[in-house]
Formats: sequence, structure tokens, C-alpha cells
Amino acid sequence: MSNEAVLHAPAGAGLHDAHGDHHHEHHHETFISKYVFSMDHKMIAKQFLITGMVWAVLGGLMSVLFRLQLGYPESTFPFLEDILGKWAEGGKITPEAYYALVTTHGTVLVFFVLTAGLSGTFANFLIPLQIGARDMASPFMNMLSYWFFFAASIVMLSSMFVEFGPFSGGWTAYPPLSALAAASPGSGTGMDLWLIAMALFVVSSLLGGLNYIATVLNMRTKGMSMTRMPLTIWALFFTAVLGVLSFPVLFSGFILLIFDRNFGTSFYLSDIFINGVGALPNEGGSAILYQHLFWFLGHPEVYIILLPAMGMVSEILSVNSRKPIFGYIAMVGSLFAIAILAFLVWAHHMFVTGLNPFLGSVFVLLTLLIAVPSAIKVFNWLTTLWRGNIRFTPGMLFSIGFVSLFISGGLTGIWLGNSALDIHLHDTYFVIAHFHIVMGVASMFGMFAGIYHWFPKMYGRYMNNTLAYLHFWITLGGAYMIFWPMHYQGLAGMPRRYYDYSVWESFKQFAELNRFISTVAMIVFAAQLLFLFNFFYSVFKGRKVTSQNPYNANTLEWTTPINPGHGNWVGEIPEVHRWAYDYGKDGKEFYLSNHTSRSRRKQSLIFKTEFISVIIFQCSRITGALFLSKIRNDKIHRNQKTNSITSSSSQTKGLHVIDKVHLELYRGFFLCHLLFAGAKSGRIRLGHDYTAFCSRHANHR
Amino acid sequence: MSAIVNEAPKRIHPHKFTLWVAMGSIIMMFAGLTSAYIVKKNQSSWLEFDLPVVFMYSTLVIIASSLSVHLAVKAFKAREMARYRTLITVTALLGVLFMGLQILGFMDLEARNIALTGAKSNSAASFLLVITGLHMLHVLGGVIALLVMFIKAYVSSVKNYSSLSIELVGTYWHFVDILWIYLFIFYNWIG
Repeated sequence: MSNEAVLHAPAGAGLHDAHGDHHHEHHHETFISKYVFSMDHKMIAKQFLITGMVWAVLGGLMSVLFRLQLGYPESTFPFLEDILGKWAEGGKITPEAYYALVTTHGTVLVFFVLTAGLSGTFANFLIPLQIGARDMASPFMNMLSYWFFFAASIVMLSSMFVEFGPFSGGWTAYPPLSALAAASPGSGTGMDLWLIAMALFVVSSLLGGLNYIATVLNMRTKGMSMTRMPLTIWALFFTAVLGVLSFPVLFSGFILLIFDRNFGTSFYLSDIFINGVGALPNEGGSAILYQHLFWFLGHPEVYIILLPAMGMVSEILSVNSRKPIFGYIAMVGSLFAIAILAFLVWAHHMFVTGLNPFLGSVFVLLTLLIAVPSAIKVFNWLTTLWRGNIRFTPGMLFSIGFVSLFISGGLTGIWLGNSALDIHLHDTYFVIAHFHIVMGVASMFGMFAGIYHWFPKMYGRYMNNTLAYLHFWITLGGAYMIFWPMHYQGLAGMPRRYYDYSVWESFKQFAELNRFISTVAMIVFAAQLLFLFNFFYSVFKGRKVTSQNPYNANTLEWTTPINPGHGNWVGEIPEVHRWAYDYGKDGKEFYLSNHTSRSRRKQSLIFKTEFISVIIFQCSRITGALFLSKIRNDKIHRNQKTNSITSSSSQTKGLHVIDKVHLELYRGFFLCHLLFAGAKSGRIRLGHDYTAFCSRHANHR
Repeated sequence: MSAIVNEAPKRIHPHKFTLWVAMGSIIMMFAGLTSAYIVKKNQSSWLEFDLPVVFMYSTLVIIASSLSVHLAVKAFKAREMARYRTLITVTALLGVLFMGLQILGFMDLEARNIALTGAKSNSAASFLLVITGLHMLHVLGGVIALLVMFIKAYVSSVKNYSSLSIELVGTYWHFVDILWIYLFIFYNWIG
């Protein structure tokens, strides 16, 4: 079935081959079919976005409530009793309620906001528009995906109104807290509802993910080869692959948990004592098994959250710097590398569970390897900005903010990825600071960037820029003021998830800091209301978009009408002749002109930049290798001086064998790299064919 | 549309592709469970027991059903509709028989005092229940799909010339068949 047929086929489509004689018939759209049970990917995206925003407000409000407890552990706030009832008797949040709030905040933000709200919104909205498809591969499944998410939302919300409150054992739901109904107040009905909601959520994201993959691979318009795809699509594609491969494993972990909870099996439970009385009848269960199954999803989940933001940021940075994205293939390659590594690092969440130290060191290595593709991405973002003709739109500001947060949050990841340091830092505020900056706030920034950037396409109106700038600066400053101090608290050993730190002598000193963090958290939350107002006001009353392509961007969504209907393009879907980032060099305007001659010159300029950066990069590598070998040699000499037996082997003369091989390899790399980069830039002629290939390549990008 | 079809005649149908990805996803779920099984097996208090003999028969049944669904696809493509209806009926019945045999297997274990659930259960037996049970649910999904196809073949007054849905069901059916064979081998020789 082709692109066109997807639109017109009945629900459960594909049973009849639609042969395209019904091109532009008008469907009768009722309120229900247009706004509620819509199969238009753009409407489904908006549904995901609005639901995600509702959850973001709720989740954010929860964090404000528990920050109130952490910042002012001795004070009472009578208004809390009005909101929370018996959960805050006398105006003070009870410990049970505190844990429930922390747990729900985590679950909601990770899954409902930053997974469904982020990739649900932008995968649905951008994939068909940017690859030139009328709709998703299966619009019906797409609709189902949203409604499963909606059902999950309702169940999760209802868990907050049952007698003993929602689940309170942490968003990771480790057994035995999650496996025994008697373990904590929320472990009964609250946990049941949590599991149902999460099961519905998994189904929703699987249905969505299958659709995204099938759409990206099968529904691209003429000329849209994989290497011409915008990086947004690449990122959303890898996100979907991660989700489709990792959510089923979480699901299997949940199934075993359900059996332990309801049918008395012993997958995770063993003969432990509960509340000091009576051992459980279970035998031989292992709670660590759950952790393995959970984190096998849990770590890819981090990238499910982060990759869409990375993709959108790449796109927005390039459009608003008026420059081609630097190192497109490296960007795709690093996304791929991150996606692969995502599956190989889950045990770094479990360094202190008694993991075999050797196994631990393997996971340390794999974890630290993620720094390589991440650094490539950061380098490319910065070089895209470099000498660009930057337009500071709100979307652009949030994208730059993302890069900043990703760097500062990513660096602490290198600390935490080290299993020795992790013994001290595990489960402290250092971890909280790390993942909130690198994954939470950064992805939130990606989401904001996406909303500000594509709002004109979504609603045909602009958002207010002044409010947006205010929103950006308060949020960026606030995010750093909230999470930066937490690094110090974490280094001092302050554990996470505690209810009241004022009773510990060692953490009393942080009372002032905690109060500061809580105050800033409230201000930042208030700034988000600014955003909400701006969003909803602009949906109805914003300045209308008058030009089809307000950003002069190169991607296909800006070739649709200002308010695209279901099917996106009136008439034929456009053909693609260039890659997505065909902008001028150094931000010189280059939009939509005759590209043959200028494009070649521009491409050769890019290659020259590449040529120089290759030289710098490789030189630094060789210097590094020489330096290392010098250290090693010094060490060998020192050892030999101390050792009385000096067996003079060939190793002592000159360089160590390993270093020799190392250096030779580097030299080889260097020469090859130089040759190719030179050939590409036209400095070195490799004969007619290769140069011709390069210029041809340049024309067709 | 026709232009696009002419352009890329060999492009795989999106729904077929989606099914392949979905099968990958299902494989991951079973991979998760079977690796948990291996981890658990190497820990203390693991109960070794013989598999129910019935599982051997159920394996034969599901292989037979795979054959019949294959013939059904062929019959549909040859427009032999009577034969097609018979064959999908046979496949669905074999699917039901398979599920019945699996349940017999569980009952056999319970009769041998190997508890599958409850306080006295060992996770070895519980794993068998969970993994086999999940596989049964997937077979059930296939049977329901066949029932829908069956009803469509009888009730619908519109002649249906697209073999897409039967091909999808066929692929899925072969998949659950292979999945069971994998599980059978896993229980017997790997796990």
C-alpha cells in the first residue's frame, strides 16, 4: 500500500488494495473524528503533547511539594492540608506521602512526559512531515497508541486517589517493596494500579514505535534517501528501535513481578523477614534479577528520552545558524553508536549490588565509551554554531541551552560510570544532579525547543517571543541553581530519597542550601506557568503565520500549506533533490537558489574545514600517544633501576612494542585521513575519477 | 499513487514490515525471560524435573498447524476458496488443540506435585508456566486472527483479492511455531 492508500483505507487498513482513483475526496469530519478519535498524525501528536503537558504540570507540582518538605523540614504549611488532606495533616507532608510523591514524580516525568510527551509528540508530528509521507504506516495503530497512553494516564492518575495512595517504593519499583502488598502503604492497591498503568504504557509505546520504524523505512517520498533524512528523523528512528527492543524486556520483568505479587511464586522473593516478624514462605528468589530486567530497559530508556531531543536540537541549530550541520554522517554514526551502547551498560546502575568486580570493570569500560559518541555530537553542535549567522529564536536558545546542559551533565556521568567512585556516589544527590541535568532538564529543553520551533507549523500561529525569552532565562538559570549545588551535597555523601536531613549531624550544614534549592524550584515552576499561558494563549490568539516557510528551512514540513489538512500536501508530495542541511557556508544566505555551482564551492569549503580539523585532531592524537609512551618508558626504566635483575630485552631500547604499533597505526590513520580529506577538498588530486566523484557527491547531497 | 507503485514495485508492504519489527519485539520479551531463566538456574534451590511428555505432542501439533497455514496461503493465492476455508479452520483447530495440550502439560506437573504457583512453588516450575503461558497467549492471538479471517471469508459480500492479511497471519503463525520450537529446545537442552 502506498502513501496515498494509507489515508483512504478503512480502519484495519490494508485488507483491500486501494487503487488511487479517489485522490482528493473530502471526508466528512465530525468533532469526534477530528479532535478525539483522530487518525491524523498531526492531531495525535497534539493529543500526546497536551496530555504530556498536563502530566508535566502534575509531576512538577509534586516536586515542588516534596522540595517544600526538604527545604523547610521544621515548618508547617496549613494550605497543604487543604490540598492533600490526610497526606499533610497539620500542614506537614507525611513520610508516606513524601515517598509517594517522589515515586510518582519519577514515574510520571520519565515515562509519561519525557517518553510519551516527547517522542510521542514529535515522532508523530515530524516523521510524516519531514520524510514526505501522507500519514503513518498505520494511522489506526497510531490512534490506538495514543488511547493506550490515555488509559495508562487515567489509571496512574486514579492511583493517587485510592485509600493508601499511589506506589511509594521508588520509580524503579524494586522488589520486595513492589512485590509484597504489606511492605508499605502504597504497595497494595497503589502498586497494582501502577503496574496496570505501566503495562498499558508499554503497549502504547510499542504500538507507536513499530509504526515509527515502519514509516521511516517504508514511506519516504521520492528522492528522500536515508542519507538525506533530517537528523530529527534519524534520532526518532533510533529511539523507536530502542523502545521496541527494550520495553518487552521490562514487560517480562513486570510479568514475573505480577506472578510474585498475586500467585505466590518466588522469582524475586526469598525467605526474608518482614517488619521483623515471620519469614516469607518463598524460597530462592532474587531481587537482583528484577534489577537486571528493569535496567535492561531502564538504561536504553535514558536514551529514549535523550535522542529525540538531540535530533531536534541538531535540526534547530543548523536552521538557525544558517549553516549545514557539521559532520552529518558522524552525527548519524554517533546516534547509532549510542543506541548500540545503550544496551550494553545497564549494570552500571548496579555496581553496589554485589556485582562481580570483573564484570563491573567491563561495564565501566562500556559506559565510558559512551563519552566518545557524545563528545562527537557536542563537537559537531559547537562547530555548527561556529561562525554561523545565528538567529536567537526561542527554539534556538533552548537548543543552545540543551548543549550546555548536556555537557555539564555528561561530564559528571564520567564520574558515576566509574565503579570505584560509584561506591561513594551511589544513591547520593550527585546522582540526582547528574541525571536531572543530563537527561531530565536537557530533554525538557529539547522539548521546549521543539515546541517553540514547530509551533507555527502545529497551530499556524506564533508564540510570544518576550514571554519565551523570559521563560528560557529563568529556566536555564534556575535549572543550574537547583542542580549544581546538589553535586556538593552528593560529594558530601548526602543520600537521596531521605525525608528529613535536619536530624543528621553531617547533613545539617546543608539546611540553608536545601532551602535555597527549594525556593529556586518554586520560581522555576512558576516560570513554566508562563510557558503554559504563552502556549494556550497563542494557540487561539497568537500572531498568525503568513509565510509558508518562516524560518527559511530546508526540510519538507515547510512545503506544506500553513495549516496542513489530513494528508499534509495539496496535490503531489514534493520530490527531494538535496540533503536536509543545504545552507550557505558561514551563515551566508543560501536558501533555495540554483545550487549546482555554489553548492560545489560550499561543499569544498566544508571539506577544507574538515581537512584542517582532521590535521589538528590527528596531531593531538599522535602527541598524546607519544606522551603516553614516554610515561610508560620512564616507568619501565624506573622499575629496572629498582629491580636488581635487569634482563635487557628489546623493550628497553627505544619505544615499547605496544607504543610502536600504536604509533604506526596512528601514522597510517593520519595519512589515510589526510589523503581523503585532501582529495575531497580538492587540495590533493587522486586522479580524475575520485575528484569527479567528490564533486558529483557534493551536487547530490 | 500509481506513480509511486511503479517507482518501487518491490518495496515491502508497511504492514508486513511492521509485523517483522513486532516479531523482533516479541523475541526480545522471550529473550529477557529465558535469560532470567538461565541466571536463576545457576543460583541455589533450583528444582530439576522432567518436562511433561505432552509437550512433545504439542510440538508435533504446532508444526502440523504451520504446514496447514502454509497450504492455506497457497490455496488463497490460487483462489481455491473452499480449500482455503477448510485449511484455516484446520489451522485454528490445531491451534486450540495445542493450547489444550499445553494446559494438560501444566496439569501433569501439578499431578506430579511440582507446584507452578503458590508458596510451595519453585521458580523452575513457575518459569515454565510463565514462559509457556505467554507463548500460549501469542498462539491465542493467532487463533483469534484466524477466526476473524474465517468470518470475513464467509460473511463479507465483497470479494477479497488481496492476500495481504492471510500472508500476515501466515507469517505470524510460523513465527509462534518457531518460537515454540526454540522454547522446547531451550527447556530440554539449553536451559
